[in-house]
Amino acid sequence: MPHQLSIMYFSWVKERIGRDQDVIDCPENAETVGQLLEYLRIKDAVYQDVFADLNKLRFALDQDFVGLEAPLRSAKELAIFPPVTGG
Amino acid sequence: MISITVQENDFESGAEINRLAAIGGGAISSFVGQVRGDGKLRALELEHYPAMTEKALRKIAVKASEQWALHGITIIHRVGRLQVGEQIVLVCTCSDHRQAAIEACSYIMDQLKTVAPFWKKEILQDGTENWVEERQSDLDAAQYWKS
Repeated sequence: MPHQLSIMYFSWVKERIGRDQDVIDCPENAETVGQLLEYLRIKDAVYQDVFADLNKLRFALDQDFVGLEAPLRSAKELAIFPPVTGG
Repeated sequence: MISITVQENDFESGAEINRLAAIGGGAISSFVGQVRGDGKLRALELEHYPAMTEKALRKIAVKASEQWALHGITIIHRVGRLQVGEQIVLVCTCSDHRQAAIEACSYIMDQLKTVAPFWKKEILQDGTENWVEERQSDLDAAQYWKS
């Protein structure tokens, strides 16, 4: 059974996608963050555009920083954003 | 004692430092960051990832307290719209010894700039807006503590 995943966007990622989150049914063949991004890029031209350069993006899975190779497993929340600039 | 606060409102840095100093130890170090104006900047808009921010800041504070003998750590980070000259961030550490307090304070700031989920947008005098990009010098500073 597909599990639901919330995808949160911040900063210019949010502005360019035009909303702050999506809730998707995680496809079974997307086992990692990178594979899920690939799936989204094929699915929608907006993702294709915003996720074109993965070097400019950072990811957090259930509020912990992860890389593209991180397994999604039963994660509930994926966040996609540019490098942080606080402080 | 670790105190983490993310808020829109301004803070009283003196009162915060005194509160931490009251724990005892005698060595208190603090850093206050303000919005730097370069003539073109009108304000900063600070966005964050609420569900993750406190978790990330607490992780940094816990790592600092494992590395240095500290009595307490206070981190306050503001979000929302901030005008030039306003305070953005306070980090304060309290220890028995000067070096531990100063180094831990510096470590926390360096980590905060690279692993806490905040994003700054500059709003310029002419109305244009841009998202601030990460700086290599900040990455280098955070890396320094790993060596």
